[in-house]
Amino acid sequence: MSFNPNVPHMRLARFARSLGGFAVITVLTFLGLMAITFFIGRVVPIDPVLAVVGDRATNEQYEAARVAMGLDRPLIMQFFSYVADVVQGDFGRSVSTGRPVAQDLVRVFPATLEMATIGIIIGVVLGVPMGVYAAAHAGSWADQVIRVLALLGYSVPAFWLGLVGLALFYAGLGWVGGPGRIDVFFDGLVEPVTGLLLVDSLLDRNMEVFRSALHRIILPATILGFFSLAYIARMTRSFMLDQLSQEYVTTARVKGLSETRVIWVHAFGPIRVPLITVIGLSYAGLLEGSVMIETVFSWPGIGNYLTTALFNADMNAVLGATLVIGAVFILINKISDVLYRVLDARSR
Amino acid sequence: MHAWLISDSPASRLQASAGRAYRASGMLLRNPLAVAGALIIGLLIFTAIAAPWIAPESPVGQNLSNRLLPPSADHWMGTDELGRDIFSRVIYGSRITLMIVALVAVISAPLGLVIGAISGYFGGWTDRILMGLTDVFLSMPKLIMALAFVAALGPGIENAIIAIAITAWPAYARIARAETLTFRNAEFVSATRLLGASHSRIIVRHVLPLCTSSMIVRVTLDMAGIILTAAGLGFLGLGAQPPLPEWGAMISRGRVFILDQWWVATMPGLAIILVSLGFCFLGDGLRDVLDPKSAGKS
Repeated sequence: MSFNPNVPHMRLARFARSLGGFAVITVLTFLGLMAITFFIGRVVPIDPVLAVVGDRATNEQYEAARVAMGLDRPLIMQFFSYVADVVQGDFGRSVSTGRPVAQDLVRVFPATLEMATIGIIIGVVLGVPMGVYAAAHAGSWADQVIRVLALLGYSVPAFWLGLVGLALFYAGLGWVGGPGRIDVFFDGLVEPVTGLLLVDSLLDRNMEVFRSALHRIILPATILGFFSLAYIARMTRSFMLDQLSQEYVTTARVKGLSETRVIWVHAFGPIRVPLITVIGLSYAGLLEGSVMIETVFSWPGIGNYLTTALFNADMNAVLGATLVIGAVFILINKISDVLYRVLDARSR
Repeated sequence: MHAWLISDSPASRLQASAGRAYRASGMLLRNPLAVAGALIIGLLIFTAIAAPWIAPESPVGQNLSNRLLPPSADHWMGTDELGRDIFSRVIYGSRITLMIVALVAVISAPLGLVIGAISGYFGGWTDRILMGLTDVFLSMPKLIMALAFVAALGPGIENAIIAIAITAWPAYARIARAETLTFRNAEFVSATRLLGASHSRIIVRHVLPLCTSSMIVRVTLDMAGIILTAAGLGFLGLGAQPPLPEWGAMISRGRVFILDQWWVATMPGLAIILVSLGFCFLGDGLRDVLDPKSAGKS
């Protein structure tokens, strides 16, 4: 098929088609995600009914639960009704909280979102300049330090860093607040509007609550930020090295442009687009990383919810949280993919 | 010997591969980080083998009169809440870590390799279905998926290994497919087919060996992530169960004491960092040598 890619409406048509194909792939990925959680919930446990009724149930109770759960139907039909439930936002009821899992998830998600967002801001603000600096001074000691720092981000267990951070900065130096999202003292003082405590307290003009919340979020968010910093700095460095070896950069230098201009305008310009994908990926990764951090900091977010549910063998809650984290992960991935296509002149 | 190894016209298959290994290791030795990584991994293997001779005390058993002692000349890393020597437990823990990474690599790398090679070799619908499956697994957050699998399978070190292996194979399938595509239509494959070789023989004898070098790089780079996931599962109480001296589980036990007896949780973490860093260094170096195209990318 041949067409002139420069005719605007053709470009639009091609874009729409690629977006259509893209939507199909995204839907298939979500179906795959649901297939995995369905598989984990229904097929992997030896007896899902026993997990619900407990081993003291009579045969009648067992049989009734089995029918109520729809387990007497063929597996494929079970999967379809599972998908229908999930699409309607029905993840079942949590055994430990007694509420619908979907309600629980809506309640805990903002806490995770708030922490991950501050984390990614730290990661981008520090990671990108570090990567650019390392590439501009490749081989220098600063480059080596940044390289080791980045590799540390791949080798340090998040939960360990959280514990050591608590011991050092909370118990030792007293610079930051302890575990939890806010002092018990301030708990419930601010009307939840967005669920983001920092935003809510600002809306309420309650600076004391804001300060307390900031005091507590700063350590877990910085630790999360360190992991995204490691990844972002490493990728920025490698993108920049690619650009700096290009001929146009040499040309710019020969023309007598200042080194700052060459680096930040000529070399950095083209890598902004791939960097968006990297930042998107690491944002999604932070949602995952928050599971460990939240457990250590007793942070009432989705990760903590997931691990608490694990201990209570609350399978509906485990699978609901898995599904939501997975869906957000996939969604962020796909959005950064679309952004890449829209912004990158070559793939247009 | 040197001349025989670097000869441009090797007389035998053995000489050719020996020469290749010689050149690669020469390049690896010039990379200080890779050498450091190889030394750390060597140390890990040595420690795992010689644990009973290195460790001053038994990793299990109790000695309540010695509980929660700070690091000292007698107990280099202090003692835990049951009076066990943490250094000895960290030493024995190297066996568990080594076993986990080895088993995950042995399960997931061949699985991914075979799926990727079949996908790339046959193409068409086989490729679409297998790669669709791979992409779904790839787009899932690994730790969460491992958590959910262990939740369903039940806690324990075997189930943790299975869960990690299930999340690790897709990356290898992608690599194997990409590699297979580049020489699927190569002349030596057509020639072998003309000689009457079956598909499975071509895949096993001719396609898979060519994927190994990029696989080795990738597996080494993934090791750090595998160790961290295993330790994370241990930390949450889903992996190795006490009294096994697994590093993640040890950190979890020390969590209660972190504010006063910091060493209980800190020391095993240092071991995790050292070993993960070793694999990262070695993987980085191996990539520079074996796979220079993608050097610098993660």
